Amino acid sequence: MARKLPATDVVVIGLGWTGSILANELTDAGLNVVAIERGPWRDTAADFPTTYAQDELRYHIRHDLFLRPAQETFTVRHNVGQAALPMRTWGSFMPPNGVGGGGVHWNAETWRFLPSDFQLRSHLTQRYGAAFLPEDMTIQDWGITYDDLEPYYDRFERLCGTSGRAGNINGQKQAGGNPFEGPRSRDYPTPPQKQPYGPVLFAQAAREMGYSPFPQPSGNLSQGYTNPLGVTIGPCTYCGYCEWFGCGNYSKASPQTTILPVLVRKPNFEARTLCEVIKINLDASGKRATGVTYVDTSGDEWEQPADLVLLCAFQLFNVRMLLLSGIGTPYDPQTGQGVIGRNYSYQVTSSVDAFWNEKNFNPFVASGAIGMCIDEFNGDNFDHGPHGFVGGGYMGAVQTNGRPILGTRVPPGTPTWGAAWKKAIAQNYLSSYGMATHGSCYSYRDVFLDLDPTYKDAHGRPLMRITFDFHQNELRMSQFLTDRVAEVTQKMGPQQIVKRPRTGHYDDTKYQTTHTCGGAIMGTDPKTSALNRYLQSWDVSNLFVTGATAFPQNAGYNPTGTVGALAFWAADAIRNQYMKNPGPLVQT
Amino acid sequence: MWNRRPPLRRLLLAGACLIGLTAMGAAAARAEDALVKQGEYLARAGDCIACHTVPGGALFGGGRPMPTPFGTLYSSNITPDAANGIGKWTAEQFYASMHTGRSEDGGLIYPAMPFPAYTKVTRADSDAMYAYLRSVPAVGAAVRPHDLRFPYNNRSLILGWRTLFFSEGEYKPDASKSEAWNRGAYLVQGLGHCSMCHSPINALGGSSESRAFEGGLIPMQNWYAPSLNSDKEAGLGDWSIADISDLLRTGVSKRGAVYGPMAEVVYDSLQYLTDPDINGMAVYLKSLGQHSGPDASVPTISSSESSLLLRLGRDVYGSQCASCHGEGGLGMPPHFPPLADNQSIQMSSAVNPIRMVLNGGYPPGTAGNPMPYGMPPFAQSLSDNEVAAVVTYIRSSWGNRGEAVSARQANELRTAPLD
Repeated sequence: MARKLPATDVVVIGLGWTGSILANELTDAGLNVVAIERGPWRDTAADFPTTYAQDELRYHIRHDLFLRPAQETFTVRHNVGQAALPMRTWGSFMPPNGVGGGGVHWNAETWRFLPSDFQLRSHLTQRYGAAFLPEDMTIQDWGITYDDLEPYYDRFERLCGTSGRAGNINGQKQAGGNPFEGPRSRDYPTPPQKQPYGPVLFAQAAREMGYSPFPQPSGNLSQGYTNPLGVTIGPCTYCGYCEWFGCGNYSKASPQTTILPVLVRKPNFEARTLCEVIKINLDASGKRATGVTYVDTSGDEWEQPADLVLLCAFQLFNVRMLLLSGIGTPYDPQTGQGVIGRNYSYQVTSSVDAFWNEKNFNPFVASGAIGMCIDEFNGDNFDHGPHGFVGGGYMGAVQTNGRPILGTRVPPGTPTWGAAWKKAIAQNYLSSYGMATHGSCYSYRDVFLDLDPTYKDAHGRPLMRITFDFHQNELRMSQFLTDRVAEVTQKMGPQQIVKRPRTGHYDDTKYQTTHTCGGAIMGTDPKTSALNRYLQSWDVSNLFVTGATAFPQNAGYNPTGTVGALAFWAADAIRNQYMKNPGPLVQT
Repeated sequence: MWNRRPPLRRLLLAGACLIGLTAMGAAAARAEDALVKQGEYLARAGDCIACHTVPGGALFGGGRPMPTPFGTLYSSNITPDAANGIGKWTAEQFYASMHTGRSEDGGLIYPAMPFPAYTKVTRADSDAMYAYLRSVPAVGAAVRPHDLRFPYNNRSLILGWRTLFFSEGEYKPDASKSEAWNRGAYLVQGLGHCSMCHSPINALGGSSESRAFEGGLIPMQNWYAPSLNSDKEAGLGDWSIADISDLLRTGVSKRGAVYGPMAEVVYDSLQYLTDPDINGMAVYLKSLGQHSGPDASVPTISSSESSLLLRLGRDVYGSQCASCHGEGGLGMPPHFPPLADNQSIQMSSAVNPIRMVLNGGYPPGTAGNPMPYGMPPFAQSLSDNEVAAVVTYIRSSWGNRGEAVSARQANELRTAPLD
């Protein structure tokens, strides 16, 4: 039986990027906020000191920063005809754990989505006609526009100190930036990071082919920067231990380096770590959340009553929490009815490896987001008419790392072990390079999340089941994007190139990205979305759900910029509308 | 529904109601509030919390162990609890404890309580602190008795100590100095009790006023509190007032950062002081730094060994330190402190730089610098030889003039307590 604690104004489930942003905004508004986080407290000085944080074995191979599958995992299948089996070790994505969440271990690629991404269905229908879209594709408009979100993108970038070069300031195209981006109100807070040789070479080839290369926007900062909260983020040292690692240099934007130092000093904020929320509690009507129940490390259950519940965990955990708490109607793929679990999507990545005899790329001089990219083939920046698919992605030379275990590549035909393999590694470490594409993944009627009928977690609750496979539209897109980046690569003059487009079925054992999306999406109609345009639950008006959970489908960019912007957007709606008049912010 | 107010306002409202019930006049209530607030400020300046609160425990509940060469003392409960705290004390008795080092029953207080410094505090300030301490929640917990070895467990020995090391008397302003200087001197010599650490401590656990601020090893903690009046150590004679103020208030400055026990002092105490008070302390501390330093130290290791150390030290520095502190030791102040011309690296005692390399260094989080950058520890990855080598290298490069250190010195400090 849970023991009841004194009530608070706001309870936040999960203290990652969005939980930190909302907690900071709402404590500023005078509310008492309690954040409950399943994982441990994490602090730069104590947890990621540069003297031992750059440990690929510990963090990349052994997944030290991530949740343990024994705590919670997922079952996976390709279609409704299969029995799903649990993931017993992480593969295609890495569920975060602990304070800072995914903000600790991301690469810090800080993008904005395209204006057309937010009105995807109406935009594509208008341009190509409804029949152009596959029949089972369930893409939707978001219920907000790029212009709605622009000020909040700006706030997230100012928080992070994002390093980049604008391509469009208030409609004026800017040389050297991304000409396809939506108009931004001002330039990035800090200039782009310095580009290593590989990206410089890529940009040169792309320019010669008539493309407009630009530096990837980076949350690993080109120079020191003091954000609006008074927290100073340090300059990046290009050590190349970003994704999968905590940054020991204070130079990667994360909750630790941007918000938490201010948040933890506030008397009206409290964080409870190593406490797992097991349920959002509802009153008898089922229309109002009364708080949450959580379990501490002793196995004791506690009830934390609150006026407002913010579900800010990782995308997949958010959806499961809604399903386990009985909030909203679970999605049924047979009828297409129901909203919780609907429109799950992912990301479609691919690469091209290139090998030279003589070049030296110094791959270890790296940061999670230094690189030169082109955006000619993202979203609807090009005419899809002749190609028979929709969607796209950015592509480029992004020098994320030259780490010794997995940051190496060898030409095809090399043995996978032994003397010949070692020789090939040594020969190719400096002189090979990998280009990447980062493609969209749209949503489909038969791709969804629900509770598994067989497998349960340590608390006896059903695991979440992922039913996902790549569709022909995405595979065609990946082939197309890979061919385009291969053309640029060819122009860079390598002796050999190897194209690796995404093909075949989804393989959940191979890392692709952690950009899982959707499942409780935002929209304008409670029949086809779980959340309104302010991320407020249609069913329980004192519940807001943040993160990529709300994406109706995924665009051809890394999601964190949009996740951060949406968090500020929701915070403003709570501060300026909800607090004055608690209740549904959108009437149906 | 949505009608809960912020906690602070609720508290104030409740407080206002209570005062209203006692029919106290509004003006008197305001005066009392102001006195409590002033007392809270002075208790910060005196850093009472550092000893009288167990980290994470009840405010001023006492019981924090203070290991000394003579045994372990436990700090007293200074909450208004009648049985265990100072609930029965009068303002007069409180002042007497501060001023004379005698508790309310006339008993002698062990000089771990810095009454040789607090004796300089004015009666008015003492009364404000008393009013504040009466306002904090009472803590009912009894405090552990001291655990001192014979003969130090005999309190009458304190009488002899007092004869040697204690002179009673409030601070007397020096008319030849500025108001700011006098304010700074009052805070540094009095509530700040800076000399408790920054003066040499003899075998009897005392320090003589004539050697005040000459620096000393803090017993049991194994940190060296540098001299405040030698420019070769932490003497601030050639620092700008702005840099000294930054260091005291935010924990970092262009010239260097605080670490070790001083980080706690900034965190618990100095960051809360007003601009004029910080400025006064800076003016006074700068004036102290005009004196000559201690005698030049004698080399402890042979020159052939030190040249070997230097070569190794340069390699270790290049691979481990230079990415933040720069090849030329200039750092990127204030977050990556300069090592060149950094006094705390060149002092005759090498304890602090060795400990920084072994255990890392952590400036405090302050309102002015909410996310301090921590220096990571190297104890797990560098050998004693490498630690000695890199410390020797930074102590003697870029114009620095510190002596070489030995692997043995590095090894000894591996067991120093971490808090």
